[in-house]
Parts: sequence; C-alpha cells; structure tokens
Amino acid sequence: MGKNGLLFMIVSIATIMATMGIMAQTADHGNFRELQRSFDRPEEVTITCLGCHNLADDQIMKTSHWLWYRETDKLPGHKGEMMKVGKINIINNFCVAIRSNEPRCTSCHIGYGWKDEDFDFTDQTKIDCLVCHEQTGTYKKFPTGAGYPPDKRKFFKDGKKWFERPDYRKIAQSVGKPSRKNCGSCHFYGGGGNAVKHGALDKSLLNPEKTTDIHMGKDGGEMVCVDCHVAPKHDIKGQLYSVSVENRDRLHCTRCHTMKPHTQKLYVEEFETEQEMGYDLFKSKLHNRDNPEDTFIRRILDKHYDKISCQTCHINLYSTQYKTKTWWDWSKAGEKNEKGKPFVIKDEDGDNIYDSKKGEFKLGKNLEPEYRWFDGKVGHLLVGDKIDPDNTPIQINTIEGACGAPDSKIWPFKIMRGKQPYDPVNKTMIIPKLFGKKGSGAYWADWSWEKAADTGMKAAGLDYSGKYEWIETEMFWPLTHLIQPKENALKCDDCHSRNGRLEGLEACWIPGRDRSLLLDILGMLMLFGSIAGVIIHGFIRFSRSRKEEE
Amino acid sequence: MIQKVYMYKRFERLWHWSQALLIFFLALTGFEVHGSYNIFGFENAVVFHMYTGFILIILIAFAIFWHFTTGEWRQYIPTTDKLRDQVRYYLVGIFKNEPHPHDKSIDVKLNPLQKISYLGFKILIIPVMVLTGLIYYYVAHGTLYLQSVKWIAIIHTFGAYLLLTFAVIHVYMTTTGHTITSHMKAMITGYDEIEVEEKK
Repeated sequence: MGKNGLLFMIVSIATIMATMGIMAQTADHGNFRELQRSFDRPEEVTITCLGCHNLADDQIMKTSHWLWYRETDKLPGHKGEMMKVGKINIINNFCVAIRSNEPRCTSCHIGYGWKDEDFDFTDQTKIDCLVCHEQTGTYKKFPTGAGYPPDKRKFFKDGKKWFERPDYRKIAQSVGKPSRKNCGSCHFYGGGGNAVKHGALDKSLLNPEKTTDIHMGKDGGEMVCVDCHVAPKHDIKGQLYSVSVENRDRLHCTRCHTMKPHTQKLYVEEFETEQEMGYDLFKSKLHNRDNPEDTFIRRILDKHYDKISCQTCHINLYSTQYKTKTWWDWSKAGEKNEKGKPFVIKDEDGDNIYDSKKGEFKLGKNLEPEYRWFDGKVGHLLVGDKIDPDNTPIQINTIEGACGAPDSKIWPFKIMRGKQPYDPVNKTMIIPKLFGKKGSGAYWADWSWEKAADTGMKAAGLDYSGKYEWIETEMFWPLTHLIQPKENALKCDDCHSRNGRLEGLEACWIPGRDRSLLLDILGMLMLFGSIAGVIIHGFIRFSRSRKEEE
Repeated sequence: MIQKVYMYKRFERLWHWSQALLIFFLALTGFEVHGSYNIFGFENAVVFHMYTGFILIILIAFAIFWHFTTGEWRQYIPTTDKLRDQVRYYLVGIFKNEPHPHDKSIDVKLNPLQKISYLGFKILIIPVMVLTGLIYYYVAHGTLYLQSVKWIAIIHTFGAYLLLTFAVIHVYMTTTGHTITSHMKAMITGYDEIEVEEKK
C-alpha cells in the first residue's frame, strides 16, 4: 500500500468513527429550530436551552459548580454546625480569596455576572450552559468579565491576548457532552495559568501521550474527563480537597479496577446495568482484558490497597509536563524598576518567577509528591478564622487521618507553600483586594497593602486593625490525575528502604524502612561479640598448641 | 584407640547441609528486607525469602519425621550430667590440651552443651521463626489481619540475630575435634573418628 492508500485508510477509519460518534447521540442541536437565530446576549442562549431542558436549571443551581460551596456539618473545628464551605469562604495561598476580587475569579464561574456579593444565585438566566457544553472551541469568557464573554472584541492586557465576541448561534448549535476542552478551560488553568495550581491537571490532558496519562492518552484509554466524572442530574462526581470537607461524592479507582486491581480484571460487566452512566468506552475497549496473573507479589500489592491509595504508587512524579507553582511569596510584591514601573522576571523557560503584582514564585517540574495519611476529611481555614501566628506555617487546610485510623490511606500531595499577609492584632488572615480599577483600593492598581487589606476586609465583613505582617502558609493538594503506565509506578524499594519516599511519615510499620534500633544494636553486639569471642578463643588455642610443640 | 564409625547417615547430612544453606540464604535475603543492605532489590528479596522459607518448612517437616521414626530425637534429651565439665573444658581445659570430657559415640553423638543448645534451636528458635514468618506472610498476603507487623518483625529479626550467632559459634566449634577439620569431614562424609576404650 502506497502512502496515499494508507492516508485514505486513515481518513476512512476516522470518518467512520466520527459518524459512529454522531450516531451514538439521538439529537443534533445544529438542526433545532430554536437555535436557528442570532443571540445578542449569552442569557438569551440560556433561556433557549432551558426552554427544552426544563429541569437543568434546578439541577445546576444545587451544585457546587454554581454555588461554589457545599453544605456540611462535618467541618473539623465546627462539627455538628451546618455550614457552607467552598470557594466562597475559604482561603488559599495563591490569590488568597475571592471576596472583593470577584470579576477576576468568577471568570471561571459557570454563570454570568458574579461581580460582587449581590449576585443573584436564584436567577436561572445567569447560568452559563455553553462553557461546559459548547464544542466549537471558540467560546471564551473574558478573564476579568465576571463570567461574561466579551461583548465586543477586547484586549486582555495581562495575558496580552485578544478575546473575540462569541458567535452565539454557531456555538449554541454545537453543544454536546463536555469534552476535555470544556472542563479544562477552567480546571487546567486554576491560579491564573496552565498547571499553576494542581500539579497534576494541566493542558497536556487535552491530547496526552499514553506515557503522560494512561487513561486519557491518545494511544491509551482515550477517556475524557466525564467518563470518570459522571454527572447524574448535572451533579458532577469527584471533589477537590482544596475546597471540600467530607468523604463523599468521591471517585475511586476501584469503581473500575476492583479492590484487588493487581489480580482481578476490571469490573466492566457491572456497567452493563448502568447504561445512564455511559461506560461504552470500557465495554468496547477493555471488556476483553485478560485476567492478570495471580502471583504472590501481586497479592501483596492488592493488600497494599488497605493502607495506600492507588495514586501513591501510580503517581511517581507530578507536574510531568508543565511546571507548577510550589512557592508564592506575596511579601516580595511591589518592587518597581528604574522607571518606577512594575516588572516581571522570567526563568529560562519563560515562566514568571517574579511579578511586581504578585511577588516571588518557585516552580517545579517532575516533582516527588509529599505523603500523608488521609481519610477523605479535610479541615479549612475560613475567611475570618482566628490563627495562631506562633504556630507556623499556618495550615490553610488540614488533612485528617493516621495510621490505623478508619479509611486512612497514605496519599500523595502537592503541598503549596508561601507567604501571605495577616492581621497581627486581630489574628486573622487578610483578604486583600487585588483586582480592580485605580482608586478602588486594589493592590494591582494602587500598590498599597494597607488599602488592599482595608478594602478587602471591609468587603468580607471583617475587622481590620490597619496593620499587616507576612506569615508562612501551607496548603494540601491531593494528587490524583496524570496516572502513568504501570511501568512508571513506584517500585518496592522506593518506600521499603531507609531514606525512601516515606521517610519521616508516621506509619505503623514499613518493612525495610522501620527497625528497632535497640534490637539492631543488641543483635550486632551479640553477632560481632560471638565472632570476636571465637577469634580470641581460637587465637589462644593456636598459640598454646604452638608452645607445646616447642 | 581411634575407631572410624559411620556417625551421620545420608539423610542426616542432607538435612544438615540443606538447612545450613537455606538459613544462610534466608539471613541474606531477610536482612535485605530488614533494610540492612541492597543486594537483590527489596521485591526480589521478599520473593526469595518467602520461597526459601517455605522450602525450609518442608525440610523441617521431613526432619521431624526422620527424628521420630529413627528415634534420633533422643539425642537431644537434655542432661546436666557433665555439663559443667563441658563448659570448663571450653573455657580452660581446651587450652591445656586436656582430654575431651565427652565420649562421642553413635548413641550419644552430642555433648551436654550441644544437647541443650540444639534442643533450644529446635524447639524454641526454629518454631518461633517459622511461626512469626508464617504470620508475616499471611498478613502481607491479606489472609490474616494485623494492624501492624511491627512486633512480628521485631521477634523475627531477633531470632535471625540468634541464628547467626549460633552459626558463628557452631562453625567455630567444628574446629575443636581431633584435628581442626575432623568434625567438618565427618559431617560431609558421614564417617567420624571416635575414641574407643580398648577392650582388655
């Protein structure tokens, strides 16, 4: 077969597969009469969607994607108290907090117009259906637009990028099941840029190699986000522990891989009863997988699942494709160059390591995770919570769990560290206003921490003493994405050795790492004592017999 | 008069040497699992240790059968008779070229000190090692549940130190025969040279 023949075959196969993809659905939104029109505002699109999808608004408005909180009565330190916890009231050590900075932060809200605390969460016309469902790839919210796309062609100064007014007609007709691009448009860029926050969630997942992500890799499982993150009634499963509290709505590898993944094959048979979940992919691609071997070592590996999360061994290194931020020091912000202008310093790869607006950064690639016991419950420092400035670094979120405690497993984490402002008089973390126009008090416009703190704290409804100091903080980000092929998993020695990956982790007993020092000293004394004893004994015997021979 | 006798039967020698080899290999892999050094890699060390352990258990089963069917177990009945003499001999007499206080024979192969130490080896160290080894195995395997193998590991390691110390002294003691290598030769060929009182 010549080159052309091969090309023809590839094109035909691709066409057949694409056709099958369309055939799998029962509706083509491009043909809907309701969508053969132009839309002036994005809300008009939403109203049109809800005209048919008349339960979607109720469903969406209950989710954390809309509310940016979940209700819980299990927040450590507030147990029994029904609370709303989420992005709305937690602190982080990236851009600190949302309050007073809404238009910038809410460019990743699935709504339109959350520009301050007066946003109406009951107005269903403000739901942004398109950001998750459009498939043209042309729909982009403006980074400082409070969730709105630009109403006309607009330049984003910070990103040095033009944003186009969306062609709503074309975009609305394209809607479908969320693709990697839809989810990634926010989740890959958290913290203001690609790979900044998560360390294991970045734009490489748009089209990764198998070696980057075995599940999503183009030559691997070719899965998309929503294959795992199923969304019954728009409530997407899976939760991120930098904002979540309870051990619920989690996705577990065991859902497909069974509790004994090293000796059993996937649970695919079970999916046949769950058609609404749409696991077609597994059925077609993985149904006929052979049973893995059942060897002694594989059984031991299965047994590890009792105490070790899958991710611990199967995420050898994180941020394998792009650098992630590991350190953010706000105290260094505010320097100006000789012209009195803010400036940016980039490292050899073009990543910012200093920005007058934001301070100093450290970034890393191919990083070893840090390991902690984790039982799925996380405590959070909420806006307004008192801190103990003598006990640093301040724990922005606290991972619960211990060896032997129920549900506790060893998990891999990215631990984000940094310095951020706090109020030494009131002993609270400061919620600074960062984003805003000149004269609004925003640090990025007025360059005064006092004003930024005063404005931000007022917006958050908190007392501010007028003083600020810098304090070190830590924030835990459990790692769970970018699972590599099994060949790249950790080897036994990585943990079962002195000075291995789990050095310093308080664990019940890890063979090869742990020992009784007393026993080793006594044992060595006994062993080498006996060797010395027989040498001395033999030496005396030998010298005596020599004497006698003389 | 020195007489050559067939002291150690074929199975006895086979058992002795394979047990020695297995215990040596168990110690080598075991201390790697313990974290003392890196030779085979942790995973291999664990697998080798596990298989070797089971082979040793099978060997021990045969040895127990042999001891009871041949009545050889009686060799290990401890006695205090001449025990002091034996200890005194190793501490003092041996340097003065005094005669060995124990008269070795096919019926009494072991001196009183050997009886006690070998009996301890057989009914204390080996059972504890086998038991803790099996518990360790079944916990790792998931058949048995234990919060932590800490104490199992510590006891097993302690036993390993005892066995190694035993081996050092045991090997040294083989040099205390008529000649330095006579005991060793006996355990290899089966034929030992023993002192027999001349019949008048």
